[in-house]
Amino acid sequence: MNEAVSTKRVIPDRLGNRTSRLLASWEVLLFGVAVLIFIFNALASPYFLNAWNLSDATFNFTEKAMIAFAMAMLVISGEIDLSVAAIIALASTAMGAAAQIGIGTPGLVAIGLGVGLGCGAVNGLLVSGLRLPSIVVTIGTMSLFRGISYIVLGDQAYGKYPESFAFFGQGYVAWVLSFEFVLFGVLAVLFAILLHATNFGRQVFVIGNNEFAARFSGIPVERVKFILFLLTGLMSGVAAVCLTSRLGSTRPSIAQGWELEVVTMVVLGGVSILGGAGTIGGVVIAAFVMGLVTFGLGLLNVPGIVMSIFVGLLLIITIAVPIIVRRIREMR
Amino acid sequence: MMNGVTQVQDSPPRPAPLVETAPLLEMRGISQIFPGVKALDQVDIKLYPGQVTALIGENGAGKSTLVKILTGIYRPNEGEILVDGQPVVFSAAQAAIDAGVTAIHQETVLFDDLTVAENIFIGHAPRTRFGMIDWSAINKRSRDLLRALESDIDPTIRLRDLSIAQRHLVAIARALSVEARIVIMDEPTAALSRKEIDDLFRIIEGLKRQGKAILFISHKFDEVYEIAENFVVFRDGRAVGHGKLRDTSQHEIVRLMVGRDVKDVFPKTKVEIGAPVLQVQGFSHPTEFHNISFELRRGEILGIYGLIGAGRSELCQALFGVTRPSGGTLTLEGRPLQISSSGDAIRAGIVYVPEERGRHGLALPMPIFQNMSLPSLSRTSRGGFLKAANELALSRRYAERLDLRAAALSVPVGTLSGGNQQKVVIGKWLATQPKVIILDEPTKGIDIGSKAAVHGFISELASEGLSIIMVSSELPEILGMSDRVMVMREGLIAGMFGREQATAETLVRAATGNA
Ligand SMILES: Nc1ncnc2c1ncn2[C@@H]1O[C@H](COP(=O)(O)OP(=O)(O)OP(=O)(O)O)[C@@H](O)[C@H]1O
Ligand SMILES: [Mg+2]
Repeated sequence: MNEAVSTKRVIPDRLGNRTSRLLASWEVLLFGVAVLIFIFNALASPYFLNAWNLSDATFNFTEKAMIAFAMAMLVISGEIDLSVAAIIALASTAMGAAAQIGIGTPGLVAIGLGVGLGCGAVNGLLVSGLRLPSIVVTIGTMSLFRGISYIVLGDQAYGKYPESFAFFGQGYVAWVLSFEFVLFGVLAVLFAILLHATNFGRQVFVIGNNEFAARFSGIPVERVKFILFLLTGLMSGVAAVCLTSRLGSTRPSIAQGWELEVVTMVVLGGVSILGGAGTIGGVVIAAFVMGLVTFGLGLLNVPGIVMSIFVGLLLIITIAVPIIVRRIREMR
Repeated sequence: MMNGVTQVQDSPPRPAPLVETAPLLEMRGISQIFPGVKALDQVDIKLYPGQVTALIGENGAGKSTLVKILTGIYRPNEGEILVDGQPVVFSAAQAAIDAGVTAIHQETVLFDDLTVAENIFIGHAPRTRFGMIDWSAINKRSRDLLRALESDIDPTIRLRDLSIAQRHLVAIARALSVEARIVIMDEPTAALSRKEIDDLFRIIEGLKRQGKAILFISHKFDEVYEIAENFVVFRDGRAVGHGKLRDTSQHEIVRLMVGRDVKDVFPKTKVEIGAPVLQVQGFSHPTEFHNISFELRRGEILGIYGLIGAGRSELCQALFGVTRPSGGTLTLEGRPLQISSSGDAIRAGIVYVPEERGRHGLALPMPIFQNMSLPSLSRTSRGGFLKAANELALSRRYAERLDLRAAALSVPVGTLSGGNQQKVVIGKWLATQPKVIILDEPTKGIDIGSKAAVHGFISELASEGLSIIMVSSELPEILGMSDRVMVMREGLIAGMFGREQATAETLVRAATGNA
């Protein structure tokens, strides 16, 4: 019989080359979609290709995207926070009330961020402390937080914000670069680093893929989840500061329905709604896609209700498409 | 050419028929390609009625892939399947069931929140006249199926309340609940102890008498010789030999599957046993174990033997901090140790290789190297930032030592064969460079050559001062590797034996309580 020579087997680090892997990714596909919508908008409206119009368009997504970064991490870990828009309402109401009694801009910002953190802590304690399912907890706190706003404000609104407070939502850092857009960019980089380049980010992925294995590997699962809820609350507070500053007033219905748009952005960005997979880069591109689409529809004078139908459809399609693709591949 | 073995060369002539009877199932020229691997390459195989064919091969040789093709989970890239001489296409799992094929898969997928009976009959539940699920029939038939396996599991309890071995029995019952002519068993005995294996073999004998064709996959040669008539050997996705077991020695088969001789599966070296490292005093759990005390010394391998349900895994998990004991104290290197989470245990230098690799050991969709480096991140990273190069280097070191077979270190662990996944779990924990390692069925699903590699590595680490607790249901492994053996029975210590006193007989007697 032939003597089999057992050659030493070498295992390469990676399969295939980097470019082919990149080209097959969801992010690249989504980027293509963004470019198409951009071209479509440019053809559809003569006003679109104007630096100031484009700059205005970014306000459609910057605030939501800030929350979406934190939400992406939460969803990757297997949890979700549906109370983010209600946190904005509560934080904005608190800032409004404080502004009425003459508290200055730094104080208002601190209050906005503080309320966000506090709300995040409440969610985090309920989910990781009491081990309740986050979807139920945050539907509850969603009603709770916004309910408090309604009780405080009724059909009133807070106005009278100090002049310097307007900078966060209306100020420009340089030329057409708004403060919000720059903040969006900085936060995107920070979250990308946190999720993809740190041990903490790795732990988030492991928890989302197999919580048992995470626990058996010594990951403090509860603590990681608590931190993620805190982060999401904090980012909702940041969004509340920006939005309140941009609108210059607070009504209890502020940011109504944003939780769905934020979740849509996260899922459109390629984050698995089942947890365990996703990138911040994908969420950034998804933010641009959603901003471009809403802005384009606005240019075409499409009414708001159509836009919300559009967001709903987008959410269903982006959840369904990967699942259908997988089924087809399996049937092959 | 060896006696009794038909050796297949690179371009094989069709092997001559082994027996006069017509095969019930035949696969011809089957190939299956995955990214970076040709899992099966022009494989031929025949199964005969009333006979057991053993499928033997190294980890990653393509055995489970063949099972998945036969059950309609994968569609092969080329080749054909014939049942009763007629070509069939298994376009989906249902088509395979309709053609009379049933299987126990290596990694069983069962539903934690369904009852035992629901798990057994999901997808093919008997119906009443009105088209409603016939619950009483389901529960009754489940009870009968489990009885045949000598198990008195209540079919109405939820699966999550069962032990791994019990869950495995449910998976076996599920496969047997389908009316099938071809029964495939992919490492059915890996999670079972001798008693359950005997029950399973009795059932297989019954199936043989009913004229069913059986494909039996196992890495344990004693079982193969006990139950099978024919064998097929796979190496690197190709069928490299087949024949009658009666005419072929284990030695010849091992040569075919590994390409060389495997000399010593238990290369235990004599180690200078040092000072006590871990002292366990009066460890107790409300339901699983009671008043366990022992000490573990530097360089020592302490085997823990017992029947399934003796509380061994539960004890290990309590030592590792994933479950909380109701009482007892731990002392590590003379200092009292308080462990309230697995994180505490890892920091103290005590780690645990869990029994259920898929559930407790791995994040299956994540890359091999990220799984390997997970508990060692504090060493591979810098200031909380990941360093992929360090992670890859660490993974490569342990992958090579354990003879891992993978297309790349960045492929998802879930695409590896069962035995290779197990090697990743072992590597993951050895890489933490612990003081004490608790191994729970460490070589479950690992082939004979790799077993020698794993055991050799463990012995070497012991001689460097690592202390080892090794739970195993495999007597040869316990006897071959342990310096001392602790036997547990029903949550209590039933005996402690030195290497000289420990024999198969004394251990089994202590474990079963039969004087
Ligand atoms: N879904 C998949 N994607 C990619 N590669 C796969 C997939 N399934 C199996 N493989 C590869 O195919 C090869 C054969 O795997 P298979 O599970 O059939 O091995 P096996 O003989 O059952 O081994 P073991 O004894 O360890 O169970 C391995 O190299 C494995 O990595
Ligand atoms: Mg296998």
